[in-house]
Amino acid sequence: MSLNLVVGHGGLFQFHHGVFYGVGAYTVALMLKKTLLPMWAGFIAGPIVAAMIGLIIGWLCVRLSRLYFGMLQISLGSLIWVIVFRWYSFTGGDDGIPGIPMPSLLSSLKNSYYFILIILVICLIIMYLILKSPFGNTLQAIRDNPQRCEAIGINVKRHQLIAIVIATFFAGIAGVLFVALERCVFTDLLFWTFSLEIFIMCLLGGWFTFAGPILGAAIMVALRTFVGIFTEYWTLVLGIILILIIFFLPEGVMGYFEKIFKPRTREEAEGGNR
Amino acid sequence: MLQVDSVVKSFDDFKAVNGANLAVGKGEIVAVIGPNGAGKTTLFNLITGALKRDKGRIIFKGEDIGVLPPYEICKKGISRSYQIVNIFPRLTVFKNAQVAVLSHQRRSNNLFRPAQDIAVEETRSILESVGLSDKEKSIAGALSHGDQKILEIAIALGNEPELLILDEPTAGMSPEETSATMELVKRLAQMRGLTILFCEHDMDIVFSVAQSIMVMHQGRTLVQGKPEEVRNNPFVQEAYLGVE
Repeated sequence: MSLNLVVGHGGLFQFHHGVFYGVGAYTVALMLKKTLLPMWAGFIAGPIVAAMIGLIIGWLCVRLSRLYFGMLQISLGSLIWVIVFRWYSFTGGDDGIPGIPMPSLLSSLKNSYYFILIILVICLIIMYLILKSPFGNTLQAIRDNPQRCEAIGINVKRHQLIAIVIATFFAGIAGVLFVALERCVFTDLLFWTFSLEIFIMCLLGGWFTFAGPILGAAIMVALRTFVGIFTEYWTLVLGIILILIIFFLPEGVMGYFEKIFKPRTREEAEGGNR
Repeated sequence: MLQVDSVVKSFDDFKAVNGANLAVGKGEIVAVIGPNGAGKTTLFNLITGALKRDKGRIIFKGEDIGVLPPYEICKKGISRSYQIVNIFPRLTVFKNAQVAVLSHQRRSNNLFRPAQDIAVEETRSILESVGLSDKEKSIAGALSHGDQKILEIAIALGNEPELLILDEPTAGMSPEETSATMELVKRLAQMRGLTILFCEHDMDIVFSVAQSIMVMHQGRTLVQGKPEEVRNNPFVQEAYLGVE
C-alpha cells in the first residue's frame, strides 16, 4: 500500500521499496534483542528509522528522473542489503535474527492477528486521508505533469521527497508488523526480489486505485498458496497472469472493476468530449 | 514591470534566442510575433525559468529572476499557459485548477484535511470566469481541445498572477473558438487587472488585441512598438509581414 502511494499516485519508480520494510523489521528486531528498551519503543523506532533511511535515499534519488531514479534506488538499497548481510556481529548476517521476544499481549497467533489488523486499518485510513488531502492531490498532479507543477509554483522535488518519507514510514510499520507475527528477521526482507514482488502486487491490483495493492497482494499470496500445492513453479503461473494483465487490464484488476462500476463518471467525462 | 535585456540562449551550436529585448509595462497587453522558430517559445521558457539563459538579464519588478527555479518565479507573480496542451489529464477539471490555487495559498503540503473542502470558492470562481463551471467534474484528458486550452489558462490563473504569459492560446482552435478565447483573454485582463504577454500567429488577432508588439526574427528582437509603428516598420515588412 505504501509503495503504491509513491508509484501509482506519485509516479515515482520506487523499485526498491522492500529495503524500507526490511529496515523497519531489523530496527525493531535489534532493539528488542540487543537493548532493554520497552517493546513499544522498538515498535515506534521501526518506522522512524525506515523513514530516515527513506529521507537519505530519497534525497539522493529525487535528483534523477524516472528510470534513473529507480536504478539508483536499487543500487543504494542493495548497499543496505550488503551491509546487513555482511555485518555478522550486529545483524546476524544471513542467519538473520531468530526468536525475538514478544510481550505476552502478542503471544498468541490470534492476538497478533488482531493487533496487525488494527494497525493495518489505522494505516489505511491515514493513507486514504493523505491521498485525499491537498498534498495527495498535488502529488497526483505531479505524477501527471511535473513540468506544469513547477510552473504553478510547486517545489516538485521537495514534494516527492516528502511522499517518499511518508511511504517509507508506512513500509517501516509493515516491517514491524512482520516481526510481530514471525518473531524473526532475515536478509531476504531487504533483497531486491522482495521489492519486485511488492511492485508486482501493485501492478496486479491496479496502481491508480487505492485498494488495488491489497487485491494484488491477495492474488499473489493465493497463487503462492494454492498453485504452490501442485507445483513449485508457481511463479510461472504468476508470470503468465502478469503478461495477460499487462495486455488486457493495463490498469490492473481493481482499475478494471472501477471502470465497470463507475460508468457515470465515464459518461460525464465523455459528455465533456464534444 | 518585466524587462528583458539582450538575452541569449543556445542549444549546442544553435542560438535559439540571440539578443532578445522586451519591455512589458503594468496592465499592458503585449504580443510577441515572429515566424516559426524565431525563438518565441524559448523566450517564454527563459522568462518562466523552464530554461536558464546563457547571457543577459530578465528583470521582473526590479529583481533579476533569470537565476530562479520555475516555482520561485511563479511565486513572484508570473504564470503561463502552454502552446501544446499541458494539463493534468487524469484529474478532474476542478482538481486541475484547484492544484494551482492550493499551491498559491501555500497549502499543497497540507496532509490531513480533505482537499474537497479547501479553496473551493476560489477554484469555482476561476472556472466560472473562464466558462468551464459546467464541466468541473469531467476528467481533463477527455475534454475537447478547445476546452483543454481554456483549462490551460484556468490553471495559470490559479496562482493569481500579475503577469500572465500565454503561448499561442488559440493554437489548433476553430475560428469561433479563437475569437471567443481572445475575448476571454481581454475580459480577464480587465477583470483581474492582469498584465498579459502572449504570442500568436494570427495577425488579425495580434493587431486587434495587443497594445504593444515585439517582433522576433532568428532569435533577435527586430523592433518593439505600438501596432501602427510595427506595421509600418520596413524591416518588419520585409522579414515577416511581407511587403504589400
